[in-house]
Formats: sequence, C-alpha cells, structure tokens
Amino acid sequence: MSDLVKNIIRFCLFILVQVFVLNQIPPLHQLVTPYLYFLFILWLPFKINRRTLMLLAFMLGFALDSFTKTYGLHSAPCILIAYLRPFLINLLISQEGAESNYNEPSIKSMGFTPYFTYITILTFIHHTLLFFLQAMQTGGYFYFIIKTLLSTAISLALILLTELLFVRKQRFRTNTI
Amino acid sequence: MRNIFLFIRVYFTFIFFLFLMGLSFYLLFSYNRYHNAIYSTVAGEITGKINKQVNDVEYYFHLKQTNDSLVKANEILYSKLKENYEIADTANKIAIDTIRVDSIKAQKKYLYMQAKVVRNSVSQPNNYIVLHRGSQQGIHADMGVIGINNAVIGTVMEVSKNYSVIMSLLHEQSNLSARLLKSGETGTIVWDGADPKILILKDVSKTVKVTVGDSVVTSGFSDKFPPGLMVGVVSKIISEKTSSNYVVSIRASANFENLQYAYIIDNLQKEEPQQLLKKVKSK
Repeated sequence: MSDLVKNIIRFCLFILVQVFVLNQIPPLHQLVTPYLYFLFILWLPFKINRRTLMLLAFMLGFALDSFTKTYGLHSAPCILIAYLRPFLINLLISQEGAESNYNEPSIKSMGFTPYFTYITILTFIHHTLLFFLQAMQTGGYFYFIIKTLLSTAISLALILLTELLFVRKQRFRTNTI
Repeated sequence: MRNIFLFIRVYFTFIFFLFLMGLSFYLLFSYNRYHNAIYSTVAGEITGKINKQVNDVEYYFHLKQTNDSLVKANEILYSKLKENYEIADTANKIAIDTIRVDSIKAQKKYLYMQAKVVRNSVSQPNNYIVLHRGSQQGIHADMGVIGINNAVIGTVMEVSKNYSVIMSLLHEQSNLSARLLKSGETGTIVWDGADPKILILKDVSKTVKVTVGDSVVTSGFSDKFPPGLMVGVVSKIISEKTSSNYVVSIRASANFENLQYAYIIDNLQKEEPQQLLKKVKSK
C-alpha cells in the first residue's frame, strides 16, 4: 500500500473514531476528555514537507471541527504541533540515519524513550492550547491545569494502547540492495 | 525590495504557520458564539477606553453648543413649571391629595439615565454611537436612547462593563415604529444611508392626508420608547406609483452630528407584556 492511500485511510479512521467513539462515550469525569485523532499528525512520514504537514494538520483539525461545530478550536492546536514536530524530531532522534532508514516515527524507528518523549511533549502542547481555547478566561487556572494534566495522561494511555494493538510494520530501508 | 523577497523566502514556513494559525483563530472567534462574546466584550472595553480619551479632548470644542442646547432644554422645562400656569376661572378649586402613600412609584414605567457620548459617527452606511455607561450602571441591550432635546437617537445593541454601543437611527437595520402626530397613522422609520439629517418614514397609507411640517413622533408600540417622543418633521412627500403607500422624507429632530449627552430609557414594565405574549403564542 502506498503512503498516500495509507494516510488517507488513517485520516478518515482517526476522525471517525474520535467523533463516533471517543466523543460519544460518557465522560469518565468532567476533568477528563480523551483525544486520539492528533496521532495522525505524529505518525506522518519523516520526509514530509513542513508546509504540507501544517496544511494536513489544518485539514485534520477542520474536519473534526466540522463535526463538533466548533470551527477553529481543534485546528489551532493541530497546526501548532505540526509546526513544532520537525524541531522535536531533530532533537530526539538518536539513531544515526533513522530518518532515512525508516519511514515514519515509531517505537522501532526512534527507540522507546525518544518516541515516548516525542509523543508526551506534543500531546501536552496540544491539550494545553486546546483547553486554553476552550476555557479562555473562565474556569480558573487550577481547573485548567488539572484538566490538561489528567486528559494528557488518559490520551497517552490511549496512544500506548493503540501502539500495542496496531503494530505498524516498519521496513528497514537501505540503499544497498 | 530584494531583501523583502529574501526574507519571505527564508521565513516562508513560519509565515505559513502564522497564516494558518490566524485563519483558525479567525474561524474560532467569528463562528463560535461563546468565543465571539468574549472577543467583543474585551475589544469593546479596550476601544471604549481609547475613545473616551479622544473624546475628553474633543469635548472642549463642543462646550459652547452643548451649553446652548442645555440652556434650551432648561428653558422648555422652566416654561412647564406649575407657576407659569394660571387658571382664570377662580370657581375651580384645587384639591390636594393628602394620602401619604406614594402611589406614583409602583406605576412608574420609564426610567431615564444620562450618559456621555464617547464616540459617534454619521458618515458610514451603518453608524454606531458609544456611550460611557454599561452593564454595571444598569444598561441592557434593547433599551431606547434619546438626545437632550427628547429626540430619538437609537437603541442599545451591545453592552460591556462600562460602555454600551448604540445602533443609531442612521443604520441600515434600524427599524423604529413611528406615528404622524396629526393623523395618528403609524409607519416605520428607516434610513437610506445618504444624508444624516434626513430619515424616511415608510408604510404610510395614501388614504391619510400628510402635509409638509407635520410632526412625527414615536408610536409607543415598541417597548423601548414611551409614546410621543419627537423623531422629526415631514419635509417631503413622495407618492410611490407601484404601491398604495407614501414614502415620507423627515428632517430628523436629533442633531446626529453634535451629540454630547444622551438619555437611555429603561422600560420597567417590559417583562409583563412580553410574558403574556409568550403565553399566548405557546398555546
């Protein structure tokens, strides 16, 4: 399956799961809202153009916003993490030439600790901006901080679960045949 | 010039990022009711403060006219004093009510609150007036606003803590129910966007006799204004060939170009008829 087809299917699946499963389940607690859809951005290939990446992130956020009728609420955090993603990958990549040997970020391509750091930081940034925009000036600082931390924890658990359930096959690519 | 292009090329990704962020914030603030409300309250408070500073200076240049109009208003009030009326027939006896109960208070319908005009415009197709009095001083949306010579100016649209924005009669969506004082025929006051001195009275039936110089007053059908407040004087009558109505041009009584103070009218009995209507409609 080519990268393009694979990512189009992923895009649709993430949006559908987010809208019809995660947004539908009764909230565990008023402070916890699980989010998974932005994993699409984190899973995009290493070699993608930065502008294309941001445009895709905007499309993803806008698609979700269209379902929830909150235009701009999810697109802003998505664009932010798409903008920060390349910097973070450059910082965290430890294996020599992992970018060229592997297709996309995963536990196998980056190593567990760097990959987990990468996921954690971007999830946290995404949730912070999202809940900030949602709360704006109401609710108080305490509520906002607790909500961000708890939701980040739940989302991370969900992401790890997804990684374990759906193992992505990562081919080791070399130019030597 | 070359450097500008170079700059754009080097930072294109960042500019693109800012552009997309700006786009999503624009969507956020214009399509979500809640965020829109926050934006307009905060923005209204800030721009209101700036307008106040500018107006403090501008106010001095209008002191003379303000003073003149206040003197005129005073003159009218003086002439209404009881001492100025004398009854010729001494057979009438003036009886004084001795009951100590203040029976007027419960019946009071309209409350007037003065406010300083901080910003005003007449040249736009949609004009707004900003008053330095807001929700903390008892202003809500949909209250009527009149000038110091009791002429209608507009209605309150949006309120922040200390400021309120008035939709002037000089506004495309302005819609005021008015009545010809002589014949009692009602119509709607609108503005065509051309001359700030001229308003237009629509929907006056051709069966009514209208003459130049007739007074046009508020009808009292809206819950914002008491009946009988001046709106203007008929200046020109155009007979519409396609319909059975007149279009009447009106010289506005309010001087929109020089507003310094205004009164905001609070209808204290607004709720009751509204609830009654709601009850009837829900049946």
